[in-house]
Amino acid sequence: MLASVARRLLSMLVTLLGVSVIIFLVLRLLPGNAVTAQMGVSAGLLSHAQRVALDHYYGVGEPFFRQYVSWLGSMLTGNLGVSLSSRTSVASLVGAALPVTLELAIASMVIGELIGVLFGVFGSLRPRGVVDNAGQGVALVGLGVPSFVIGTGLVTFLASSFHYFPSSRAFAGLFFNPWLNLQQIFFPALTLGLGVGAAIMRTTRAAMLEVVSTGFARTARGKGLSKFVVTWKHLFLGALVPVVTMSGIQLGYLLGGTVVVEQIFVLPGLGRLLVNSISNRDFPVVQSVTLIFAAGFIVVNMLTDMLYTLIDPRTRAR
Amino acid sequence: MTRRRPGFLTGLWLNPAGRAGCVLVGLVVVGGLLAAVGATPYNAQLQNPLTTLKGPSLSHPFGTDQFGRDLLSLVLEGLWVSLKIAFLAVAIAGVAGTLAGIIAGYLGRWTSALIMRVTDMLFAIPAILLALAIVTALGPGALDSALAIGVGYVPIFVRVVRGPVLSLRTAGYVQAGRVLGFSSTRLLFRHILPNVAGTVAVQASLALAWSVLAEASLSFLGLGPPPPTASLGEMVSQSSSLASQAWWTLAAPSVAIVVAVIGFNFLGDGLRDVFDPRSRTALAA
Repeated sequence: MLASVARRLLSMLVTLLGVSVIIFLVLRLLPGNAVTAQMGVSAGLLSHAQRVALDHYYGVGEPFFRQYVSWLGSMLTGNLGVSLSSRTSVASLVGAALPVTLELAIASMVIGELIGVLFGVFGSLRPRGVVDNAGQGVALVGLGVPSFVIGTGLVTFLASSFHYFPSSRAFAGLFFNPWLNLQQIFFPALTLGLGVGAAIMRTTRAAMLEVVSTGFARTARGKGLSKFVVTWKHLFLGALVPVVTMSGIQLGYLLGGTVVVEQIFVLPGLGRLLVNSISNRDFPVVQSVTLIFAAGFIVVNMLTDMLYTLIDPRTRAR
Repeated sequence: MTRRRPGFLTGLWLNPAGRAGCVLVGLVVVGGLLAAVGATPYNAQLQNPLTTLKGPSLSHPFGTDQFGRDLLSLVLEGLWVSLKIAFLAVAIAGVAGTLAGIIAGYLGRWTSALIMRVTDMLFAIPAILLALAIVTALGPGALDSALAIGVGYVPIFVRVVRGPVLSLRTAGYVQAGRVLGFSSTRLLFRHILPNVAGTVAVQASLALAWSVLAEASLSFLGLGPPPPTASLGEMVSQSSSLASQAWWTLAAPSVAIVVAVIGFNFLGDGLRDVFDPRSRTALAA
C-alpha cells in the first residue's frame, strides 16, 4: 500500500514537471519578451543601459533552459514572480483568488453530486418513471447547454424578474459575511453543478441498472432487508466505482469551467484572474495560474485513483 | 436465415440517437453553408437604426440586436465561423492524435512510452486552460483558435486509437501480412488504420461538439476572432446587458450553440452504436 502510494506520488511529480515544461514553452511562443510585454511601445524609449538592466532582471536573452530552471527554482521556493500589470507579487494575487475558486468548486461539486446521485439512484429504481424522466430532462439541459449560456440566462432571469443580483455587490468572504457569500456562491455553483450533475446522473443510473440486473438485490429484499438498506448499502455501494471515476473527471473539468462562470458572476477567483491577465498579456500570472490549475487537476486524478483501493477491495491486491 | 446486413448509413438512420444527430447536424451545417455562400436573409453586418432590438417577427424570425442587425443572419454567420474553427481543430487533433496513437500502439516500447508520457502530460492540463494558454501566446485569429482548441483534444485521440492498435498488432491477419513481408507502413495504413476508423469517427464527432463549445467559450471570454467577425460566444456575452429587455438576443445564439453541441453528441452516440453494437447507450434502451 505504502509503496504504491509512493509510486503514484513520484509519477505525479514527473507529470507535473512535464506540465510545467509544456506551459513554459507555450508561453514562450509569445512575440516579444517580458520587457516589451510590460512596457509596450514605450520600451523603445529606454536608454541602452536601462534596457540592459531590465533584460538582465527578467533574464531576457538567456537560453530557454536557463530561464526555465530559474523559473522553476523560484516557483519551488514560493516566489511566483511579480505581476506585470498590477506590480504586486503573483503569490499574493493567487492567495487572494484561490479560496474563492476552491469554495466555488466545492459548492458546485456538492450540488452536482446531490443532483446526480439522487436522480440517478431513484431514477434507476423505476426506469421510465416520473423521477427518471425528470432526471433525464435535467441531464439533457446540463449536458447540452453550455455553462456560460445557463449562467447568463440565470443572471438575466434573476435580475429582471426579481431584481435580485447578489453579484453586483462587492464579493464577501465566507468568514466576513457568510450570508452574502453564500448568496453570491450559490448561483454560479448551481450553473456549474448542473453540468456535473448531468454526467454523474447518467453514470450512476447506468451503473445502478447494471447492479440491479445481477439480481442479488432481489435476494437481499427476499431475506427481509429494508428497501433503504438494499438501495444504499447493496446497490449504490456496488455501483460506486464508476460514479467515483466520473466525479473525479468532472471535478477536473470543473476547474476549467470556473474560468467562464467566475467571469459571468464577477467572482474574484483564479479563473477571473487568469482571463484578466490574458487580456493584459501579464504572463507571469498566466503561467502560475495555469500551472496551479493543472496541479489541482493532477492531484484530483491521483486522489480518485487512490479512492478505488478504499472502495473496491479487488483492486487492493496488486 | 441470412439477412443482408444493413448499410452503414441505414444503420445510422435507424438508430434514434444517430437519426437525431443527423437531423441536427444537417440543420447546423446547412445553416453555416448558407452564410458561407452569402445566402443569409439579410447582410449580417447591416446596421439599421429603425429596427433596433425588435422582437422575433416574420421579417426577422430571431429578432434584431441593438444595432438593428438581423439576428438570424448574424447567427448563421457565427455558426459558419464556429464550424470552420471546429472542423479545423478536429482535423488537427484527429490527424496528429491518430498518427501518434497508431505509432504508440504499433512501435516498440521506447517510442510508445515516450508518446504516452507526453500524452499524459497534455492530458493533465484541462483542455480549456491549454486552449487559453495557447491563445494567449498566439493571438485570437481563427487559425490560432483552431490550433489552441485542437491541441487539447490530441491526447484523447491518442488514447482511443492506441488501445485497439495494441490488440490488432497481434491479430491473425496482421501477423499473416507480416509473414508475407508487408512493410510496416503498409500494415499500419492498409490493414490497421481502417479498423480503427470507426473509433476515430465516433471520437471526431464528440470532438466537434466539444470544439464548438470551446470556441464559443473562448469568444465568450473575448478571446475569439475579433469583430466584425460574427461569433456565437461573443453574441452571448453581448446579450448579458440586453437580455433583460430583449430575451431573443440571448436566445438566438444560445439555440445555435445548443443545437450544434447536442447534434454532434447524438451523432457520436449513433456512430458508436453502429460501429460497436455491444455498447448501446442508455438512450436507445
